Amino acid sequence: MSRLPNRRDDEVRRLLDTPHPVVPVDLAVRAMTRGRRIVRRRRVVRLVVTALVLAALAAAIVLAVLYWPDDDPATTTPNGNWWSALG
Amino acid sequence: MTRNARLPSHVRVGKRRAAAEIRRDAEFAAFTAGAAGRLLHAATLLAGDPEGADRLLTATLAHVYANWFRMRAEDPYERARSELVRRFAYRPWWQRPRGGTLDRLGRQERLIVVMRFFEGIAEEQTAAQLGLPDERVRTLCAHATATLRSRNGDRQPPAARSVPERRPSAVAP
Repeated sequence: MSRLPNRRDDEVRRLLDTPHPVVPVDLAVRAMTRGRRIVRRRRVVRLVVTALVLAALAAAIVLAVLYWPDDDPATTTPNGNWWSALG
Repeated sequence: MTRNARLPSHVRVGKRRAAAEIRRDAEFAAFTAGAAGRLLHAATLLAGDPEGADRLLTATLAHVYANWFRMRAEDPYERARSELVRRFAYRPWWQRPRGGTLDRLGRQERLIVVMRFFEGIAEEQTAAQLGLPDERVRTLCAHATATLRSRNGDRQPPAARSVPERRPSAVAP
């Protein structure tokens, strides 16, 4: 929906149309320092999460190898009943 | 160089990462030198006081710096503007904006006035960015405009009334 320019909006625009405030000299430097801290924090978090995932994977493999149930052949003959515990 | 910049930052290691960081610093410095004045103006209009505007803009620019390589073909100014708007819209309730040119306006009204009239964003885009229906934005915008004009009008009528009163009194004796 396109609206035609009207006088009321122009009045508000004129109210806002003042010169820009003076930018502090160290604003960019402060922002850069904070941004670098964010980047460093992200990198550390990514490193820690990756290490945790790899450690969990290694532990899972080791536990699976250690505790894998051995499939020895049955020593007794099944008695033919499906309800029996000996089965 | 351009291809390196497009890789996610964890792929870059060692010398390449150092080169990318240098490039990011240079580009960010150029961007800030050009756009900080206008962004600070918008932040001052939103937050009201200069200290709040400074804090808001520093946090915004730090976020833009951190995400500099995630921008593909976007305009960094638009990125910074939307981040500024997002940060201001989701500020906690106890950080209420006060003072400034847009005194008397609430948070949403300030946002809408700045986006519509200072930045010149279309009504639909404003609504989409704020997550409001178009009608709500239109209503808030009309209300804010009326408030701003009535405040200006409060100042004008006494002056307008006093001028015709003085003239006859000055002429009569």
